[in-house]
Amino acid sequence: MSPMAFVYLAVVLFVIGAAAVLLRRNAIVAFMGVELMLNAANLALVAFSRIHGTIDGQVMAFFVMVVAAAEVVVGLAIIIAVFRARQTISLDEPAELKG
Amino acid sequence: MLDLTWLLIAVPLASSFALLLAGKRADAWGHWLGVAASATTFVVGFGAFLQLLGLDAESREHAVHLFTWISGSELQLDAGLLVDPLSVTFVLLVSFVGTLIHLYSVAYMEHDPRRRVFFAYLNLFVAAMLLLVLADSYLLLFVGWEGVGLASYLLIGFWNHKPEYATAANKAFVVNRVGDVGLIVAMGLMFATFGSLGFEEVFAQVGEASTATLTAIGLTLLVAATGKSAQFPLQSWLGDAMAGPTPVSALIHAATMVTAGVYLIVRSSAIFDLTETARLVVAAVGALTLLLGAIIGMAKDDIKKALAASTMSQIGYMMLAAGLGPVGYAFAIFHLVTHGFFKAGMFLGAGSVMHGMKDQVDMRRFGALRTAMVVTWVTFGLGWLAILGVPPFAGFWSKDKIIESAFVGEGWQPWVFGLAALIGAGLTAFYMSRLFFMTFHGKARWTDDQHPHESPWLMTVPMILLAVGSAGLGWFLAAGDRFSTWLEPVTGHVEHHEPVLSVPVIMTLTLTLVAVGVVVAWLKYGRADVPTEAPAPSLATLTARNDFFQDSVNRAVFERPGTHLTRTLVYADAAVVDGAVNGTATGVSKLGESLRRFQSGQVRSYAALILIGLAGLVAFVVLGVL
Repeated sequence: MSPMAFVYLAVVLFVIGAAAVLLRRNAIVAFMGVELMLNAANLALVAFSRIHGTIDGQVMAFFVMVVAAAEVVVGLAIIIAVFRARQTISLDEPAELKG
Repeated sequence: MLDLTWLLIAVPLASSFALLLAGKRADAWGHWLGVAASATTFVVGFGAFLQLLGLDAESREHAVHLFTWISGSELQLDAGLLVDPLSVTFVLLVSFVGTLIHLYSVAYMEHDPRRRVFFAYLNLFVAAMLLLVLADSYLLLFVGWEGVGLASYLLIGFWNHKPEYATAANKAFVVNRVGDVGLIVAMGLMFATFGSLGFEEVFAQVGEASTATLTAIGLTLLVAATGKSAQFPLQSWLGDAMAGPTPVSALIHAATMVTAGVYLIVRSSAIFDLTETARLVVAAVGALTLLLGAIIGMAKDDIKKALAASTMSQIGYMMLAAGLGPVGYAFAIFHLVTHGFFKAGMFLGAGSVMHGMKDQVDMRRFGALRTAMVVTWVTFGLGWLAILGVPPFAGFWSKDKIIESAFVGEGWQPWVFGLAALIGAGLTAFYMSRLFFMTFHGKARWTDDQHPHESPWLMTVPMILLAVGSAGLGWFLAAGDRFSTWLEPVTGHVEHHEPVLSVPVIMTLTLTLVAVGVVVAWLKYGRADVPTEAPAPSLATLTARNDFFQDSVNRAVFERPGTHLTRTLVYADAAVVDGAVNGTATGVSKLGESLRRFQSGQVRSYAALILIGLAGLVAFVVLGVL
């Protein structure tokens, strides 16, 4: 199997994740979309690492995982805070930044 | 005493500020402080005069260094005073006449609630005028020049609750500013040419400058002089300046300030000596104004405006004399001094008449006042004889000398200037006699509520002293050429020149014309009845009564186009300058308005924007598009 297949898969996963973020109103689902995009990136990094025969990509994938773990904590906390304040987790509800 | 001359300026200035700052608590004694300050200047000035008189003629020049005023790389200027015969002459005139008029004002302004302020302004005027004549550089002179302008403005508009008086003050101020531009340009030219503004430095270098430059400086100085001295074409303010209280008219607009232009010309004699063109223009302006003023004076029914026209005309004589060059400088100043006495005296007389006649100024409502106001009648009469040039009164000695000098020279000039001066003397005799007879002789034409009475002694004493000066000063100063000799260190020694007509002929002609003027005036205004309403004027009378339509001309030539110009500029400012600024602001605002739409507050649209931006960046970096 060509390593390029993993890159294509990563692209597909990234697009699915982005679509989830953009199209779904539910914050949890959008959040899952974000995670999907991060992991698509991880997959691409690992594939590149394989293609080039270096381990830089794999190291970077670890960094992304750590950042993703931290981001989950913050992101879920925000979602809970928003839910407590508004009894909803719709992304369209908080629009106070409208100019 | 010479080193104390700074007191001449400091004392009245301090008194002026004290009176203004002290407020109402000084109301009770403020006027006496003003009189005292003015009297102090006379004492100091007289002391300086005596000391100067004790020196040799050559060493009668004393410089008093006050302080370093401007210390720049190119311009080094010390503020200093120059005490020489010319400045001391002015100091004596200003402080003596000034003190008398201060005294007079104590009584004249007695019922005015702002008398203290009036004296503060008078003191300010005295300080500024003395600074003007004592300054040792054009720049310091300019400070005094502006100071007297300010005092004049404040005093003309002293009763500024009347809108037309306030307008008169503004008019005087604006016209004077036009003249001041001349002085500023002259100073600029001097600084560019000589690198200095001090009298000594400038006059020492005049020989090195080109005639064209000197002519330009001379003409710009003349512009300044015409503004301050109400000469053609900047004379229109003087008549309106009579809105001020009468002592002001006497001091500022007759005896002293308006003669500052003559002082400026004579002080700059070193420059004018080398430029015949500028001198010719000065003489022409003088000759023209002396006729213009005399003709205007013949038609005025307002006693103060008639006197103002006469002042204009007499200063025309001084200008004419100053324009004649070294022959005339001393006589210009001589006439200035005698005029200061008799004209101030007559203005005070007019004030006394107004005081007794409930502020009436229309001469058609006077008449037969000689019995009601004997002192005023006699003192005014002496001034009248003096201005007519009847021997042996003051005007005879000074004005006849000017007429004689005007006949000195070659070519057409002595005939034109001489005849102008001669005709002017006849006209002067007519309008002054008209004024005198209409006021003091003929039948009483008073309104019913007027009860003329003599003024209190505080007013009559200054009038008497000035009348004594009008009577005797000319003879006293002319005897043995005392005055010319005294001024010689400044004006230079002049050999006697023969006029184109012999002196006895000129004198006879002058006196004949004067006699004719008096007789005509007597027939028309002394013996005959004067109608209380002015009869329908002929075109000539109408022209003279309206100051040769000078106001209309000014309005049409300067004010209207000026207004249009400023309006156009204001419009251009609003359309172009403001337009550019406002347009930028509107553009930015509009841009912001359209960009605002991106701030939807929708999290998902932000996410979409981020994604688009990221895609753009990737496209740019990886694919090299855009």
